[in-house]
Amino acid sequence: MPLRLLKLALSKHSPRMFRSHDYLKSSYDAVIIGGGGHGLAAAYYLARDYGMHNVAVLEKGYIGGGNTGRNTTIIRSNYLTPEGVKFYDESVRLWQDLSQDFDLNLFYSNRGHFTLAHTDAAVRTMRWRAEVNKHFGINSELVGPAEIQKACPQMDLSCGGHAPILGALYHAPGSIARHDAVAWGYGRGADMRGVEIHQQTEVLGITVESDRVTGIETSRGYISTPRVLCAVAGSTPRILQMVNLRSPLYIHPLQAMVSEPMKAWLDAIIVSGSLHVYVSQTARGELVMGASLDPYELHSTRSTLDFVEGLAAHMLELFPFLSHVKIVRQWAGMADMTPDFAPIMGKTAIEGFYLDSGWGTWGFKATPVCGKTMAYTVACDRNHELITDFSLSRFSNYQLVGEKGAASVGH
Amino acid sequence: MKIIICPINGSRSVSEFVCGGEVRAILDPAAVDDVTWADYIFNRDSIPGIKTEWWCHTPSNTWFIAERNTQTDEILRTYLYGEGVV
Repeated sequence: MPLRLLKLALSKHSPRMFRSHDYLKSSYDAVIIGGGGHGLAAAYYLARDYGMHNVAVLEKGYIGGGNTGRNTTIIRSNYLTPEGVKFYDESVRLWQDLSQDFDLNLFYSNRGHFTLAHTDAAVRTMRWRAEVNKHFGINSELVGPAEIQKACPQMDLSCGGHAPILGALYHAPGSIARHDAVAWGYGRGADMRGVEIHQQTEVLGITVESDRVTGIETSRGYISTPRVLCAVAGSTPRILQMVNLRSPLYIHPLQAMVSEPMKAWLDAIIVSGSLHVYVSQTARGELVMGASLDPYELHSTRSTLDFVEGLAAHMLELFPFLSHVKIVRQWAGMADMTPDFAPIMGKTAIEGFYLDSGWGTWGFKATPVCGKTMAYTVACDRNHELITDFSLSRFSNYQLVGEKGAASVGH
Repeated sequence: MKIIICPINGSRSVSEFVCGGEVRAILDPAAVDDVTWADYIFNRDSIPGIKTEWWCHTPSNTWFIAERNTQTDEILRTYLYGEGVV
C-alpha cells in the first residue's frame, strides 16, 4: 500500500467534499428536499447565479445514493418533441464544460450513440427523430447497417437471425460520465458557496398556510422557509401527499447491471428498443447495461434474477462472444414515471412549492439543465422558459408532451 | 414476490402474470366536468401501501383481484371479481 494512502487511512480527518453540520438552522431562504444530482445542482446554481446562500439541502440517506448513483450514465439530446430536444440540448452543452466548472474530473467521455432499428416502423421513428433533431441544430442522423458495423465490428447485425438490424439513429454527441462525481461536484460547489447539506435528515411534513409553504418538519427538528424544492424522484408521491397535491406519477423499479471489467472494445453507446437493451463500456472496462422498467408498481430497490437472465439473453443476441463474461453487480432505482414520458417541473398550486420530478428513466442526462432552470424558477418565482411545457397543470388541461417514442426503451 | 396464487389455476410463477393496475370505480364521462375526468384518467395514488389491483394469469386469460403491498411486494390475498367484495 502506498505510504500516502496508509497515512490517509490512519488519519482522523479524511478530506471531505463538503462540511457536515451538527444542527439545522431555524430558518432558510430555500430548502431543497433530495440530495441527488438534481437537488444539489439546483442548490449550486441558486448560490452561484442568484446569490442565494442561505439554502439547505435535506437528504434522507446519503448524497448521490438514489437514482443519481443508480443510472447507466448516458447523456444525449436526440429526443422526439421540440420541447424535449431544446431542453436536453441545453443540458448536453452544460455537461461539456462541467469538469472545468467544478475543477473535478467527471470522466465525461464522448462516445457516439446508436439507437438500433430492427423494424420498418422503428426506422420511420428514427428518421422522424433525426429530422426534428436537425431542425434544432442537433447532430443526429439515420445510418445504415454498414456504418453501424464499421463503428462496432463485434456486433451481430442479424441478432441471431430473428431481429436483423435495418439501421440506426446515430447521435455523435452521445456521452457517458461518472455519475457519483456529478453529485460530489455539485455538492462541493454548493457547499463552498454557503449551502448546507444535511444528510440523514428525513422530511416528515410540510406546513402550508393559506396555500403557501411556511416550513418543514424534519427528523431533526422544524425549519421555517418560504420556498421548498422537491427533487426526490421515486419518493415524490410521498412528498406531494404532505402538501395535498395529486399527480399522475407512478413508481416502477428500473434495474441495471455491470459485467466484470475487460479490455476496451466497445467505444459507442448501443441502444436497442426492440431488444430492451442499452450498453456502454466504462473507463474501468465494465459493461454497464440496462433494460426496460419492471412491469408493475413497486416502491423498492430490490433486484431480480429474472431481470439479469432477460437482459443477458438480449445482450447475447447482439454480442454472442460475451457468453463467458460474468455479471458482477446488479441494482435497481425507483423511477417516477409520467403518462407522457416527459418530466413534471416548475411552480405548483402551492405558493413556494416547486417540483422537479417525473424524471422516470431519463433524469441523469438532464441534471445540469434541471439545476439551472429550477434555480431560476425558485429564485425568480417564475417558470423558466425551457420548462413551461412541463408543468403539473398539463394533466388537468390535457396538454401532454408525448415523448414516449424517444425517452427510453421498451415502452 | 415470485409466486402468485391464481384463483383458478393455483400457484404460478410471476412471469405468467400481468398487472392491470389499481381497481377503481369508473366515472361516467358524460356526467363529470373536464377537470374531474382529467383527474380520473391521469392522476394516481402512488403512495406505498396495500393496494387492490387487477391481475391477469395470461396463459388462461383469468382476470382476478390481488391485494398487494406495493412496498414489500407481498400479496396478501387473491380472489375473483365479486368473491372478495363485501
